[in-house]
Amino acid sequence: MASGVKPRVKAPKKAEAGEVVTIKTLISHKMESGQRKDKEGNIIPRSIINRFTCDFNGKNVIDVTLEPAISTNPYFEFEATIPEAGELKFTWYDDDGSVYDEAKNVAIG
Amino acid sequence: MKFKAMTAIAALAVSAPALLLADADDDTLIVNGEIEMITKAPAPEHLSGVLDEIVSGWHMRSDETQVMQADDFDNPGMIYTEQALDDWNAVNGTKGKSCASCHGDVEESMKGVRAVYPKWNDSKEKVYTMEMQINDCLTDGMGADAWKKSGAQMAAMEALISVQSRGMPMNVAIDGPAEATWEWGKELYYTRTGQLDLSCASCHEENYGNHIRSDHLSQGQTNGFPVYRLKNAKLTTVHGRFKGCVRDTRAETYSPGSDEFVALELYVASRGNGLSVEGPSVRN
Ligand code: HEC
Ligand code: HEC
Repeated sequence: MASGVKPRVKAPKKAEAGEVVTIKTLISHKMESGQRKDKEGNIIPRSIINRFTCDFNGKNVIDVTLEPAISTNPYFEFEATIPEAGELKFTWYDDDGSVYDEAKNVAIG
Repeated sequence: MKFKAMTAIAALAVSAPALLLADADDDTLIVNGEIEMITKAPAPEHLSGVLDEIVSGWHMRSDETQVMQADDFDNPGMIYTEQALDDWNAVNGTKGKSCASCHGDVEESMKGVRAVYPKWNDSKEKVYTMEMQINDCLTDGMGADAWKKSGAQMAAMEALISVQSRGMPMNVAIDGPAEATWEWGKELYYTRTGQLDLSCASCHEENYGNHIRSDHLSQGQTNGFPVYRLKNAKLTTVHGRFKGCVRDTRAETYSPGSDEFVALELYVASRGNGLSVEGPSVRN
């Protein structure tokens, strides 16, 4: 189990209908690549976030596959068009089977 | 542009481009669109004849690194403050207390604290760093184990406490009972060490603004500590940085928490009196 994993999201609370907004996300995670060895020479098992998705009102905005070379605390900044009021849902998938999620409401006006 | 006589450092630089001189840029640092940072200030009186202006190491970093520090979401150092807040509220030790049991809300009780450390501790009759105080609180106040000096948990707590003073000018006291320690720190600052025979001043006083290999030398100020270093993707404490700098002169270094580094920390902090507390800052 990866410890200290905590998702964070920065998204506007309000937008104009049809506005393109910038969204920033970060999850604290050690992103152990599976390539490193410990002091005894044993491989430290891979433990990474392997997928990240964002949906708006059930419709996919972004779906990212993460690879082991991505460094600790993966950060994503992307844009989304907000057609109507609704909910942004963010999901991170961990190698260990854990799923972390976070949601943000966006109002129109 | 600043032109200076060639010194040991300039001679050490490896390639022609490394000899280019480049002073601090003119950018301004406003964090989260609200905290205006003083990143350049008139030098404190004790530096008269040595430096006219003191400059935060933030100015020496690339634009990409600089902007990371302007928004808490983009500043990876802020993640550690969240972890430290969990520690702040967690009951730990035989006395069943958390930091919050005695100090309450960290935003209230720790405001301004970072700006005046290291400082003289009357009851212990010596200069105390924030780390020493935190470890006293853990062992004496809580009946808990001390944290590793300059370790990850300590660095995170220092970051959380620094945040409560961001923007306030550094203002460590160097007179009265702290003076002897300060004088010793000053002596250490100007003492050449290692096979390269360099003092802190060789790099950070005589050569700031110059490039040393690929790095742009700053004045070696501590107002930004703890710093999140992109190089190793974690927080570095003041003593951790000192250790790296001394090692780079190819000397045996003092250890984090040693009396030497405590004295040096007080002296170096006093060279930055007037610059805003930035911690946790972002550096390469
Ligand atoms: C039992 C009560 C108690 C607990 C618990 C406690 N402290 Fe303290 N702390 C004190 C007292 C009393 C002082 C003032 C000491 C002095 O001035 O000599 C102090 C001072 C400090 C200071 C310096 C403040 C200043 O203005 O100089 C810091 C920083 C600090 N504590 C951090 C912590 C942290 C972090 C924790 C949890 C790990 C903690 N303390 C837990 C009682 C406590
Ligand atoms: C060989 C040159 C050299 C020497 C000698 C040296 N440093 Fe450094 N120091 C550097 C470099 C390079 C950096 C990273 C770039 C910068 O901020 O200047 C650095 C960074 C620092 C920083 C971090 C500044 C910031 O804003 O993040 C501090 C503090 C510091 N040094 C203190 C010291 C102290 C104290 C000494 C003496 C014990 C010392 N240095 C000796 C080269 C040196």
